[in-house]
Amino acid sequence: MDEAPQIEVRDLTMGYGERVVQAGIHFRVSRGEVFVIMGDSGCGKSTLMRHMVGLQSPRTGDVYYDGEGYWAAGEERREALKRKFGVLYQYAALFSSMTLEENVSLPLVEHAGLTEADAREVGRLKLALVGLAGFERHYPAEISGGMKKRAGLARAMALDPEILYFDEPSAGLDPLTSRRLDDLILELRTSLKTTIVLVTHELPSIFELGDHAVFLDAEKKTMTALGKPSDLKESADPKVRAFLSRGRL
Amino acid sequence: MTGSGTNPAPRVALERVADGTLRVRLSGSWDLAGGVPPADEVVGELERGATRLVLEDAGLERWDSSLVTFLHEVAAEASRRGAALDAGPLPEGARRLLGLALAVKPHVEPPSPEDDALTARVGRVALHVWGTAGDALTFLGETVLAFVALVRGSARFRRVDLLHAFEATGVSALGIVALINFLIGAVLAFVGAVQLQQFGAAIYVANLVGIGVLRELGPLMTGIVMAGRTGAAFAATLGTMTVNEEVDALRTMGLRPAEFLVLPRVLATALMMPALVAYADLLGLLGGLFVGVTLLDLGTTEYVRQTQASVALRHAWIGLSKSVAFGAVVALTGTYYGIRCGRSAAAVGEATTKAVVMGIVLVVVVDALATVLTYLLGL
Repeated sequence: MDEAPQIEVRDLTMGYGERVVQAGIHFRVSRGEVFVIMGDSGCGKSTLMRHMVGLQSPRTGDVYYDGEGYWAAGEERREALKRKFGVLYQYAALFSSMTLEENVSLPLVEHAGLTEADAREVGRLKLALVGLAGFERHYPAEISGGMKKRAGLARAMALDPEILYFDEPSAGLDPLTSRRLDDLILELRTSLKTTIVLVTHELPSIFELGDHAVFLDAEKKTMTALGKPSDLKESADPKVRAFLSRGRL
Repeated sequence: MTGSGTNPAPRVALERVADGTLRVRLSGSWDLAGGVPPADEVVGELERGATRLVLEDAGLERWDSSLVTFLHEVAAEASRRGAALDAGPLPEGARRLLGLALAVKPHVEPPSPEDDALTARVGRVALHVWGTAGDALTFLGETVLAFVALVRGSARFRRVDLLHAFEATGVSALGIVALINFLIGAVLAFVGAVQLQQFGAAIYVANLVGIGVLRELGPLMTGIVMAGRTGAAFAATLGTMTVNEEVDALRTMGLRPAEFLVLPRVLATALMMPALVAYADLLGLLGGLFVGVTLLDLGTTEYVRQTQASVALRHAWIGLSKSVAFGAVVALTGTYYGIRCGRSAAAVGEATTKAVVMGIVLVVVVDALATVLTYLLGL
């Protein structure tokens, strides 16, 4: 990672109330790479993502976007920094009272200042990109779980963000749908040159998509490994090795 | 996405070639913030018979989704008209994205089999109302069976849920019930006084407030407050449980929602309502007394004696009896709409609204029926 990192997490400590979830988290994410945040259940993967996307403030440390500290920045700057990333939530978080087209065009109208007609056109494109052409007028309740994920992805990339965050994209999907979503993520990375941060514990996704990965240990409450997923299979930490080989050591 | 430098406006130049080929030469800086340039010109050329479209990079400086949206619109139109498309000369990223957007054929909604004639529409509404009535009756039947199970001692629900329901429908509602009924008593006394004073009969305000509050307004206002407060809370809670599949989980565990969820709520509300109404009656009478003493210069003892003399105890009993029915109606409506809620956040809001509106309507309807019944019985 010679060039300046696009995202840098420095000395991050996270917690709820009195309880510290993770401490001493530090890593860098380069432009255009797929970075995986992994770890056992309850280790704080999603919490780390919430800190990175500005939903939860850290106890100590900060998250830097192109060298600018997110939490050190003022409210106005933070709103501007948020435009750099889009987020796909675990359960897609689509607005149930809006059609898919309205879901996707909402940020385009509110943030990019597009006219309703232009926003609809861009919305149709984004839905077509994720294979949902023709479903523009459908409501989230009328489509399957995998389609919801894809619609959530279309909304996350509505504003052409530089970075896309994915929280457990494969959760609740069958292997084929999950595989198609992984392929779509890779295609988007190649076509859009988007940086991707992926929270997951799905081994196929980690090995197929991840350029680099960080492992969070729930017991030690800190990160215990950082590197290429294929290298981490040989990590000195037995727990990381066990995790990446589904316990078959 | 690509390129940098100055930002000349996006440009679309069209060049017709003899064999029906249309070259769409794209240049300039394409930025989403500037909107999406219209594709009308290209569509016009397609209408005039262009059979092949060539999309070309003729000096694109910077581009983002606005370019791909334009390309997608043009490509979709070309596909509709059977024109061939050549996106080869585009930047690689844009070409790949266009390919991705066109990879899956648009889903075509099958035509609705529904008949749109007036008679068919009226028929559908009638069938829906009939279906809802049948469903509500089924729900009522399940609840009655749950009560039968309760009497037999075989109803399965958590006693702690019943206690929570008692708290939610009782103690927690004291404040709002007190405020509303005190003010209703005061308003009734004030409006009555304006009329009665003209005949020097201000003391009869005590009769008006006493009978009005105990027999009608105390139970009715408390019923309406409870429909807005407790009925809505039941619908929202059970609606959210339905969305989260908690109600399904109960069913698969062999627990009946009618026993586990509905019974404690209906029981608690029906039992707490008379207590709440007794409290509401007291506050309503105090509201009337307050206006009588402060605005009408009546003595406290005089007002109380007049109330005692004019208000028979049966008025209070009638009000308290009605309140049990009001409580049951409010709780049944709230739990019914909660359990029959759809599977989305919007459905929870809809269920809550329906529970409140239907709860208030049914409370007033039950009150009207009770008034007719007491009249027929000479009470």
